[in-house]
Amino acid sequence: MKSNPIRTQFLLILLLASLFLAACGRKAVPPTEPTVSNEPTAGSEPVELRIMTHDSFLASEALIAQFEQENNAKLSFLPSGDTGAALNKAILSKNAPLADVFYGVDNTFLSRVLDEDLFEPYASPLLASIPVEFKFDPENRALPVDYGDVCINYDKAYFADNNLALPQSLADLTNPVYKGLLVVENPATSSPGLAFLLATIAQFGPEGYLDYWQQLKDNGLIVVNDWNTAYYTNFSGSSGRGPQPMVVSYASSPPAEVVFASTPLDDAPTASVVAPGTCFRQVEFVGILAGTPQRALAEKFVDFMLSTPFQEDMPLQMFVFPIQPDAQLPEAFVKYAQTAQEPAALDPAEISANRAAWIDAWTETVLR
Amino acid sequence: MTQAAVGKAVKSRGSWSVWALWLLPLLFLALFFFAPLVSVFKLAAQAAAEAGPQAGLLERVSRPLGFTFYQAALSTLFTLVFGLPAAYIFGRYTFPGKSLLRVLTTLPFILPTVVVAAAFNALIGPRGWVNLALMSLFDLSAPPLQMLNSLPAILVAHVFYNTTIVIRVVGSAWSQLDPRMEQASRVLGATPLRTLREVTLPLLRPAILAAGLLVFMFDFTSFGVILLLGGPQFATLEVEIFIQAMHMLNLPLAGLLSAVQLLCTLVLTVAYSRASLHLNVPLAPRLQGEGMRPLRGWRQKLLAGLTVTLLAALLILPLAALSARSVVRLETDRGDRGTVTTGLTLDYYRELFVNRRQSLFYVPPIEAARNSLAYAGTTVLFSLTLGFLASSALAKKARINAVLDPLLMLPLGTSAVTLGLGFIVVFNRPPFDPGSLPLLIPLAHSLVALPFVVRTLLPALRSIPVSLRQAAAVLGASPWRVWWEVDLPIIARAALVSGVFAFTISLGEFGATSFLARPDYPTLPVAIYRFIGQPGALNYGQALAMSTLLMLACGLGILLIERVRLPGMREEW
Repeated sequence: MKSNPIRTQFLLILLLASLFLAACGRKAVPPTEPTVSNEPTAGSEPVELRIMTHDSFLASEALIAQFEQENNAKLSFLPSGDTGAALNKAILSKNAPLADVFYGVDNTFLSRVLDEDLFEPYASPLLASIPVEFKFDPENRALPVDYGDVCINYDKAYFADNNLALPQSLADLTNPVYKGLLVVENPATSSPGLAFLLATIAQFGPEGYLDYWQQLKDNGLIVVNDWNTAYYTNFSGSSGRGPQPMVVSYASSPPAEVVFASTPLDDAPTASVVAPGTCFRQVEFVGILAGTPQRALAEKFVDFMLSTPFQEDMPLQMFVFPIQPDAQLPEAFVKYAQTAQEPAALDPAEISANRAAWIDAWTETVLR
Repeated sequence: MTQAAVGKAVKSRGSWSVWALWLLPLLFLALFFFAPLVSVFKLAAQAAAEAGPQAGLLERVSRPLGFTFYQAALSTLFTLVFGLPAAYIFGRYTFPGKSLLRVLTTLPFILPTVVVAAAFNALIGPRGWVNLALMSLFDLSAPPLQMLNSLPAILVAHVFYNTTIVIRVVGSAWSQLDPRMEQASRVLGATPLRTLREVTLPLLRPAILAAGLLVFMFDFTSFGVILLLGGPQFATLEVEIFIQAMHMLNLPLAGLLSAVQLLCTLVLTVAYSRASLHLNVPLAPRLQGEGMRPLRGWRQKLLAGLTVTLLAALLILPLAALSARSVVRLETDRGDRGTVTTGLTLDYYRELFVNRRQSLFYVPPIEAARNSLAYAGTTVLFSLTLGFLASSALAKKARINAVLDPLLMLPLGTSAVTLGLGFIVVFNRPPFDPGSLPLLIPLAHSLVALPFVVRTLLPALRSIPVSLRQAAAVLGASPWRVWWEVDLPIIARAALVSGVFAFTISLGEFGATSFLARPDYPTLPVAIYRFIGQPGALNYGQALAMSTLLMLACGLGILLIERVRLPGMREEW
């Protein structure tokens, strides 16, 4: 039989395809293999602790390695989408938990999570130094780890060039001098968007907030679906150089602009409006998932998150503020991040009960 | 043996072999599609029973449903109008730069929506190249072109994404048409238009219908485009499902909406299979490239030039704008808002390779690319194997096919959010463990790729005339040899096309991946999302740089796949 080059080629493709599969199969093995090399102490196998988080979770490699070494542990992180997606994952897998610890639930979702009995109480000794206003859960099922203020960020150059005064309150934003200058996120699809809506509800009450939003709408309010679009496409202070000089973002965004500048900056191009009642404070919590077989190690990890080294690592990793008042802030935060004065506050139980109704009513008023 | 007895024997063996072919694809669907879906619906029904009836339910379903159909129909129409001339050019003519152009037109298909949004923003956004140029040209202070957050933006993005489906599916069929049919028609005195209407189009109908269905399904379940480019005024079923499931934690409503979406998909696919059943004309397909000719005369050249220009403007320009933005810094002098100066830089690329903050989840780009490619390769293997089995079964005459055919298409019209939740409910129990979730990624991708593979392979398989196989068998060829010498050469091109689809679908997929991925195995789209989620020029630049790398990896992958010459392939189409 004469040789057939076409067949040889066909077999070659099959071979190539199986190589692809092999490449994948090889990587199927690792779950037990540590990503960070840690010497097993005293010869025993490290114990695995699984931590479910949202996608924004970040930490220094060295710090995590140190925890693993000191506790003969292996930490596996499960980033599971944004806060809502991660919570869904945790709630749906409640009966066979995917993890031992959950980090990242915020005060807008808190009541919902507590109602689901997702967490076991843990009265960490490190709670003692945390200010009482952050302790939303008296039973200590959810422990506060960090907070961030959702505030209006503004483009400093625009306000300086146009000799425009900064808005001093939410009500100021309906003033015609700010017509068409503000972009906000849809509270139905964005977490900062929801936080800002809650700030307006705290300020004007559940009866008055829709009138306020109607006035904002009449004053040329721009609404987009997500923070990326608002910040990078519409906001003039970001590298996108969009048309609106005011955006709903975080009080930690100005230091991020300096840290992640493409050319070194001596000053932040943006700043936050932090006048009383204009910001909403998002607090993020950690909890030990009910039924974990690793209770002791989980407690140690929660303590670790509340301890000074981790608290001081957080600002430049996740751009949030540490919950422990004695944690030192990095220089960029000290220089460029402002803290909200009298941030708006709402009871988590009230938020959970009304969240859907508030958003629906907002959608009818602003979008339809 | 009498003729009737032979017929009977063939038939009974036929139905047995159809079931054997169906075995693996059905098992795959049952385990990785129906099991997760049913488990979510069960949970949703439980939650609904606990929560009691919800107010205004009808309007909550009908409003997004109406818009979903409206935008999908419009988008599909535009995609076909735009894609068919291009399919003709690609299927009938050879011209310089053709294979590169074909690869470039495929790239939009792989890009995650957030990148496409960034690309459109880089081109027509308030500070996009077009607006920057217009502003400096006419000395304007505000961007004149405002297209983002509107229905046209949605339609343009859908055409941008899906034209490649029309080009590949219809173009490949066109290149296989027997040119003698058209020649005969012309010789008999028909005008070119009449030949097109009465000979070419009827022969192409199965391919056009298949492409139209695939495009419609994609538009029907569109999510990112609506969310990011359409803006908050627009909501499709999929967007509503996402909002209800992820932001309201309202599983009952999310479940109901996905059930409605699934039902619509089912009705559509059943209608499609009914319609396509009688369309196929078994004609001996020709070797590839037989009807291919160079462009001759000014009219052909003008048509080709126009089509290529349009393609470049709509499909390639946004990609180019994106890549350009990844090497350019936009600077405004402090205190001078009007003028925007630009400077070239490679900083964003350099920075990709530095773990500046010593972060735990730092993603080396090479590793992300390797993971992406491994997943994509596995997806190609899985979906081609399953797709080949399923379409071989479908090509045979069996009653069961009428029922099973629409089932294959369902994953394409299913809410990714719902399916993702289902994966979590089903696969975190023993014998599975959370560590095995990343292994599910290629399986999830195969679910989406399978309909493409089947819809591309099936017309080719059906076009194989029985007489050819019978002739081979009579001449003494074994069944295997018949497949090798008759079937394979005819379906080789279609197999390649479907391989490209599976590869690109896997590379760009983000929804399921983000659900299942672990930080140990990040993919390129996951890495892009990490960057674009934080403020700062460097993060944004790195996201664009990473997207450019994704396009490069994908382009190279497609070029490699297309270099493969399967038996029977003489020339590129």
